[in-house]
Amino acid sequence: MMEALILQFFQWFWNLFGLWDVMWGYIKPVWPLLWTVAKIFAIILPLLGAVAYLTLAERKVIGYMQIRIGPNRVGYFGLLQPLADGMKLFMKEIIIPSGSSKFLFVIAPIMAFAPALAAWAVVPFDQGMALANVNAGLLYILTMTSLGIYGIIIAGWASNSKYAFIGAVRSAAQIVSYEIAMGFALVCVLMASQSMNLTDIVNGQHGNWGALNWYVIPLFPMFMVYLISGVAETNRSPFDMAEGESEIVAGFHVEYSGMAFAVFFLAEYANMILIAFLTSIMFLGGWLSPVPFLPDSFIWLLGKVAFILLLFLWFRATFPRYRYDQLMRLGWKVFIPLTIVWVVVIAVWMQTSLWVW
Amino acid sequence: MNFEAIVFYMFAALILFAALGVITSRNPVHAVLFLVLAFISSSGIWLMLEAEFLAIALVLVYVGAVMVLFLFVVMMLDINLVQLREGFWRWLPFGAALAGLMAFEMIWVLGASETSGGMVAVKHAADYSNTKELGRLLYTEYVYPFEIAAVILLVAMVAAIALTLRRRKDAKSQVVSEQIAVKKADRLRIVTMKSERKE
Repeated sequence: MMEALILQFFQWFWNLFGLWDVMWGYIKPVWPLLWTVAKIFAIILPLLGAVAYLTLAERKVIGYMQIRIGPNRVGYFGLLQPLADGMKLFMKEIIIPSGSSKFLFVIAPIMAFAPALAAWAVVPFDQGMALANVNAGLLYILTMTSLGIYGIIIAGWASNSKYAFIGAVRSAAQIVSYEIAMGFALVCVLMASQSMNLTDIVNGQHGNWGALNWYVIPLFPMFMVYLISGVAETNRSPFDMAEGESEIVAGFHVEYSGMAFAVFFLAEYANMILIAFLTSIMFLGGWLSPVPFLPDSFIWLLGKVAFILLLFLWFRATFPRYRYDQLMRLGWKVFIPLTIVWVVVIAVWMQTSLWVW
Repeated sequence: MNFEAIVFYMFAALILFAALGVITSRNPVHAVLFLVLAFISSSGIWLMLEAEFLAIALVLVYVGAVMVLFLFVVMMLDINLVQLREGFWRWLPFGAALAGLMAFEMIWVLGASETSGGMVAVKHAADYSNTKELGRLLYTEYVYPFEIAAVILLVAMVAAIALTLRRRKDAKSQVVSEQIAVKKADRLRIVTMKSERKE
């Protein structure tokens, strides 16, 4: 519909000069490509804006939780702070350590950032509003989130620094461990919805009871596992052993400066927003309204995402960092058995008449 | 040459380049990363064959998990590159014979299917779910082979753990549940005493 409207606008615009037929002759073969690129920009640009302002939100929220004000010098309420930070990082020199593996050192931030953006291809924002409405969307998401680890490992290794290397190795072990629990949590979701298409998963949570129809009710333990694994997967506090500034300086990105460092930062925040979107879509009913008498809309999805992001910030302000063995224990000895048991519980539950979702 | 052919040749060239990189690069970490590139390119070719489940599973399992652990191990090893290069000429005939045999087998298999009309990828509608069809086949027609393969993998895993598990007798470890269950009274003794003052 949007596409037809835009085409109509172009037709009207070029007809003012009587050039529409000539222009359309040139544009028509590449129009699908242009339209897809336009949609990609429509997703990426707001995402980058959200990433920038999430950093501000984080500093503000944590500031208020610690009874401080947070950034308040640049613009009203510090609203221009992200721009100032970006400008500062942009002006800084990118230093490439002499003992590093240069090609890999430069490519590592890109390897971290690219999967964080690529995963957005299948995320639906509203009914029928997804860049690609693919059948295996859930698998694709799982794949893309598991590729982000390469950026971290390569960064740690290519820096040729002990701190960076320790950070990278910690992060690799952590992400591989938590991916299994995350995968099993998603298995429960796809059993409940009987689909791997993210739009179908949201539609499967539609019903007469509003919020009670959402998968968070039958899959509550999986919701917790997914959320906590998501925090671990994005290397956020209290699972930020990969950075651990009090132990290993800054972990895997200790040798990075300027924009190269900023790209790692962007990747981390883009991943946070992605996890928040996925949690809302798979467990909290996506764009569906929590009460039956209000209409479903994109606003609901944004509200749920904002709430989950607030949880991310809240965790960071509240919990002390886990010790490494505690982290591994939680992943392997608590989450994985719990998820496997819950897969069986859901499988049995779905065969009975008590399953109403 | 249509668009599909161009994409195919691009992926094929990438696979060949990456495979060459795996065996020629001096640094083992670079070799592993080339192998990752080869996996991703072959997953691209599978996607073109409409095998989207296999393509994504290849990236998810091999690139996302197995190769990460490979990298993990290779990075930790202290490899002496000079030592690694010893005996190249001694093993060359053996390696060449093996490569020749594999090439012969591939030509044989692919050639046979080519001449007899062979396997042609069937085009499906856009809403055709590859995943559902695979799952249905795996859990009905091929359920015994599938379960047996799973059990073999499990046994291999248990065996690997049993072989490498060595419990040191003098190692101290923490019991987390005991740590969490600890009460104030277990750790802390409050002593009331008069303040001492020495003049």
